[in-house]
Amino acid sequence: MASITLNHLVKKYGDGFPAVNDISIDIADGEFIILVGPSGCGKSTLLRMIVGLEDITDGDLLIDGQRVNDKAPRDRNLAMVFQNYALYPHLTVYENIAFPLRLAKGKHSEDQVDKLVTEAAATLELTDHLQRKPANLSGGQRQRVAMGRAIVRQADAFLFDEPLSNLDAKLRGQMRSEISQMQRRLGVTSVYVTHDQTEAMTLGDRVAVLKKGELQQIASPRELYEQPVNLFVAGFIGSPSMNFLPATLDGTTLSTAIGDIRIPEEKAAKAAGKRVVLVGVRPEFFEDAKLVEDSKRPHGSTFMATLTHTEWLGNEQYGYINFDPAPEMRELLNSLARDMDADELRPQVVVTLDAASRIRGGREAEIWLDTRKLHLFDAESGLNLTRDAEAGDALTREAAEDRAEEIATAQQADRQGGSAFGNSPSAGGTATVDAGVGRSGGASAAGGKHAAG
Amino acid sequence: MTNTSTRNKVLWTIVTILVLLYALFPVASILATSFKSPSDLTSGKFLPSSGTATTGNYEQILVGDAQGLFLSALRNSIGISLIATFIAVVLATLCAYAIARLDFPGKKLILTTALAVSIFPVISIVTPLFNLWRTIGLYDTWLGLIIPYLSLTLPISIWTLAAFFRQIPWELEQAAQVDGATTWQAFRKAIVPLALPGVFTTAIIAFFIAWNDFVYGISLTSTEAARPVPAALAFFTGASQFESPTGAISAAAIIVTIPVVLLVLLFQRQIVSGLTSGAVKG
Repeated sequence: MASITLNHLVKKYGDGFPAVNDISIDIADGEFIILVGPSGCGKSTLLRMIVGLEDITDGDLLIDGQRVNDKAPRDRNLAMVFQNYALYPHLTVYENIAFPLRLAKGKHSEDQVDKLVTEAAATLELTDHLQRKPANLSGGQRQRVAMGRAIVRQADAFLFDEPLSNLDAKLRGQMRSEISQMQRRLGVTSVYVTHDQTEAMTLGDRVAVLKKGELQQIASPRELYEQPVNLFVAGFIGSPSMNFLPATLDGTTLSTAIGDIRIPEEKAAKAAGKRVVLVGVRPEFFEDAKLVEDSKRPHGSTFMATLTHTEWLGNEQYGYINFDPAPEMRELLNSLARDMDADELRPQVVVTLDAASRIRGGREAEIWLDTRKLHLFDAESGLNLTRDAEAGDALTREAAEDRAEEIATAQQADRQGGSAFGNSPSAGGTATVDAGVGRSGGASAAGGKHAAG
Repeated sequence: MTNTSTRNKVLWTIVTILVLLYALFPVASILATSFKSPSDLTSGKFLPSSGTATTGNYEQILVGDAQGLFLSALRNSIGISLIATFIAVVLATLCAYAIARLDFPGKKLILTTALAVSIFPVISIVTPLFNLWRTIGLYDTWLGLIIPYLSLTLPISIWTLAAFFRQIPWELEQAAQVDGATTWQAFRKAIVPLALPGVFTTAIIAFFIAWNDFVYGISLTSTEAARPVPAALAFFTGASQFESPTGAISAAAIIVTIPVVLLVLLFQRQIVSGLTSGAVKG
């Protein structure tokens, strides 16, 4: 177990292009950190720099306070799970898992190796497959063998490079919870690279959002969701993503393409002096005005809009409103979409309505908008003008406390229920429920939406 | 649907038979000829006339008159080809690994040079080599053939092995390094076992090239000290000057084909690739 410190890490390739640019992250002992971002943002490069497969151009990498920049991968004592597993095809599952132990010559007797491998296999439910070759295993089993190779030795940290991206959706969900439980049970520092925000939101204690080699924000999933630091983070986290509406601010009234919105004074005050801003509104901040309870109604404002069409999903429905931004705003929205790997963004607003809403496409209807939660972004710099840093910190602190508690619970349950969680479904089950509750609102909302969309 | 697939099958079977006939008929013809007695050679029939089939030709080259000529040539051929193959494969493995894995200046140059050497007409360098070898004393020695054979076998070995190494996922090596292996251990424990089929295939191709060579064999040797089989066949003579040595040559040709067939049969399994499946997703 170890802490990892990234101190102003820079990776430049031969042509001088900085794939990773001045990234500093402190990873605490036992913490689960997610690196997330669109493709080409440098997240995998950063991971490979930590494990030692990429040279570090500048900056310091410390493991437990020791500078390891110049150490070879094998001297860093880290375990890595590769995207396509990288199993040794000529070796059996048993020998694949035993591989790291056999390399550490003389450290383990044959009995010890056997004990460790059997234990790891039991944990990962691979006992029946130990004598098979990787070629004969299913995708999920191969994935577990790769994990087995990581957990069999006492590595200081686990590094995951998009470990689930080759699995189908159902298996991915299952492996996700297995990884989460395993990490809690072993309490081992983990760094996990993904482009899937469901994985990022559900697994991570803290999530680092990267864009073009630069760290945008690192915070708990909930803080990212509720208090994003800029347009990019706000747009990247959440699905369907946050709506951005160009607006002009006049006092406490925002005039946007879909109508005028009155916002609370303290929000308006933070954006004072800016004439043009981008309003960031999550789809679920909208509601059919007819279905809003009277007690909530004063917290928002209503406007009239015509939906182009709606999509009913059972538990909720999505409505779409097209709008026509000014040309310079259109340019801004398009470049934002490009940053996030999307094609040209159609200027439309996605609203989430109650499943009971009778609003249908083509008819004008009254929509209510919760103005307490919306954010205002500077149209030029993209910075969030209404970010409440204190509230954000509180959310991340909460997450850290939850983590400590979860690890303690998981390990306690582990001690009571035997060494392998595969043998103690009740203990494992409890840990999952705790984890789900601990990570709360933002994460589960995003996860649910993602599955629905 | 079934109709077309049956028709397809029949069509393919016919094509296969035709190709097999085309490829194997000369071999069968040589085999039949090798059992003909000298008087039967010009009979114009495919099989030896009944009652005259003889193993005399084999006796002649293995224990009879031509024994000295043939057996020493066989020894030379096997020795020279094996040594040339071994050196070529070892050098090509290291070279191809570097080409597949490392980024160094001149990488392209090495590959294009190898290609250029392999398409260079052999006959055009034989004369200068002949003069050079005579001057420095390599003429009519094993080494004098091994070196030119390397120029034939190395380029093709480098190309096939480089292509093969590129197929092996680099991540296996990186995984091994993260698991605690040194560069050499990663190469030996993760890459070499996977590369073996490719190395075998390359070795067999290289061996055939060396085994089949005629131009160098006949030009750079003069005695039994180094003359390989293909060249030696040209020195067979009949019992008298009015008799052609066709029977003996056929028998020798059959004998030198046997190692080739044996090699392919023995290493068939190793040649079949696909051992890498299961390393990564798929």
